[in-house]
Amino acid sequence: MSVLVFIEQRDGKIRSVSREALGEAVRLAEKLSGPVVAVCAAAADPGVAALGEAGAERALLASDPRFALYDAEATVAVVAAAVEAVRPDVVLFAASAMGRDLAPRVAARLGLGLASDCTALAVEGGKLRATRPVFAGKALQTVGFVRTPALVSLRPKVFAPVSRTGRQANVEVLAGAWGDPSRAHVVRVAAAASGKADLTESEIIVSGGRGLKGPENFALLDQLAAALGATVGASRAVVDAGWRPHSDQVGQTGKTVSPKLYVAVGISGAIQHLAGMSSSRCIVAINKDPDAPIFKVADYGLVGDLFEVVPALTEAVQKLNAHV
Amino acid sequence: MIQVVCVKQVADTETRVKVAGDGKSLDPAGVTWILNPYDEFAVEQALRVKEKAGAGEVIVISMGGAGVATTLRNALAMGADRAIHLRSDTAADPLSVARALAAEIAALAPRLVWLGKQAVDDDAAQVGPMLAELLHVPAVTAIATFELEGEKATVEREIEGGREVVEVQLPALFTADKGLNEPRYASLKGIMAAKKKPIEEKPAVLGDPTLDVVSLALPPARSAGRIVGQGVDGVAELVRVLHEEAKVI
Ligand SMILES: Cc1cc2nc3c(=O)[nH]c(=O)nc-3n(C[C@H](O)[C@H](O)[C@H](O)COP(=O)(O)OP(=O)(O)OC[C@H]3O[C@@H](n4cnc5c(N)ncnc54)[C@H](O)[C@@H]3O)c2cc1C
Ligand SMILES: Nc1ncnc2c1ncn2[C@@H]1O[C@H](COP(=O)(O)O)[C@@H](O)[C@H]1O
Repeated sequence: MSVLVFIEQRDGKIRSVSREALGEAVRLAEKLSGPVVAVCAAAADPGVAALGEAGAERALLASDPRFALYDAEATVAVVAAAVEAVRPDVVLFAASAMGRDLAPRVAARLGLGLASDCTALAVEGGKLRATRPVFAGKALQTVGFVRTPALVSLRPKVFAPVSRTGRQANVEVLAGAWGDPSRAHVVRVAAAASGKADLTESEIIVSGGRGLKGPENFALLDQLAAALGATVGASRAVVDAGWRPHSDQVGQTGKTVSPKLYVAVGISGAIQHLAGMSSSRCIVAINKDPDAPIFKVADYGLVGDLFEVVPALTEAVQKLNAHV
Repeated sequence: MIQVVCVKQVADTETRVKVAGDGKSLDPAGVTWILNPYDEFAVEQALRVKEKAGAGEVIVISMGGAGVATTLRNALAMGADRAIHLRSDTAADPLSVARALAAEIAALAPRLVWLGKQAVDDDAAQVGPMLAELLHVPAVTAIATFELEGEKATVEREIEGGREVVEVQLPALFTADKGLNEPRYASLKGIMAAKKKPIEEKPAVLGDPTLDVVSLALPPARSAGRIVGQGVDGVAELVRVLHEEAKVI
């Protein structure tokens, strides 16, 4: 029983979420005793042979200039062709911007069930079970699949990649015409300001809320983030106030994040905010109100005025960095 | 121009989730039902397109049980012209929902189909792109901006580290992200007018399911953390525990 993994690339670079998916494919393949096969659509080979190090035994490559930017309709055709060629039992995608768009289209094209944004997979009695947060993480739903292949997309930053140094995947060309020119055409990608990392892919996030009192005070968080190597996020209150862009919002109507460290500064911890960050590995709350609900989910809390605490914390982290 | 907006009735975002006796679904007791927040952006955008064109019809469509009519009235109160209620009293997997919607929408031949990026109950984010595939129309999901010039739409969608700028020829389908617009509140006049607008009810045509729900469970509670200190005096301890205990810095 084989596992097919859709490999995302942008600008000729394979994205780390795809290595996470390959890692989970390796763990599944051990239980299902089958090979792990990667499939990638790219304008030119982004180096798929090296996916052997991430766990792929075979790599199918569809190369065509049209894959320079994301082309949804043609990519669906590539995945469908790979499913036809490999006949896998499971197809994994990352629940990234691309995977969230692509996987449901593939499911509809092939008439298959998709479990999206999963945080755990299990094999019970030879059958795949996928667990996914629902109600913004307030509950966990476990689903089974009526037919194979089972389609699954995986939440970024939840699944560990594997490392098999020196291994190479067998590269095979996946040939095809990939259909008519797409009627929805990505003309360009506008880069985010200052090349900021995406929240969903950050190891450490420092988020600010209304307690910051004004947009200018986010400079305090920028400094703390620089010391921690973190990305700055925000509550909805400050996004709606226009202090921060919507792409910074964490929560039910923003991003769902699972970093190893989440620092909530001047954020009360409304249920809709908790929805987006409660699967973080370690949560720190800094708030002057000891009764703020955020302390109920925080592993470590610091009660105090952020305007005093944050600069002191930045300094202490800088000192620590200088030592190690 | 006919536009169709797919709207879902969902549990209010404040809802405390309790698992029903079947061990698979939400216990509906005491739940307040609302129009899915992302669908408000979808309804708003359709209304703006219609208002700018000065003509056209906005049809809202929802699949679900009897209670869904209230949510359809909310969308009508915002300004939609008429509603279709696909009646189904059982929960369905995303592909089944998309198929039922597609069967109805294809016959309406809309120029624009709108959905929310995701429903905040099942958090699937699947029905939009599935529906596009079933209707054979181009689609862009989770859009943050929308401009229409004649038959060409230019939209942006957020991706990791940037935004894709996408050009689309109508007919087309879009799913709305937060930030696309500022949805209007229904006016008193709108609420009164909605009472007279038609809601056509018909049975949903559901095919075979593709997923089966095994269980719904509450996540393990996060073990209670601790307050490491007060004010600036607590900073050194915080850094110590993060470095030595949690090993995250
Ligand atoms: C449908 C819906 C969807 C929503 N989606 C989201 C979402 O995705 N994300 C989200 O975040 N919210 C969301 N919300 C909004 C949510 O309900 C809250 O209103 C919001 O999270 C509050 O933001 P906040 O914590 O920054 O502000 P507040 O609740 O005002 O909290 C500010 C906090 O700062 C503290 N503070 C003030 N001054 C200081 C100081 N000097 N030092 C230290 N602490 C200080 C205060 O004690 C307080 O706890 C949603 C709401 C709805 C209805
Ligand atoms: N039962 C339904 N009736 C009408 N529209 C729906 C229904 N379920 C989902 N949708 C639409 O599909 C979007 C995405 O839902 P989902 O894929 O369930 O996250 C929602 O925002 C709605 O626009």
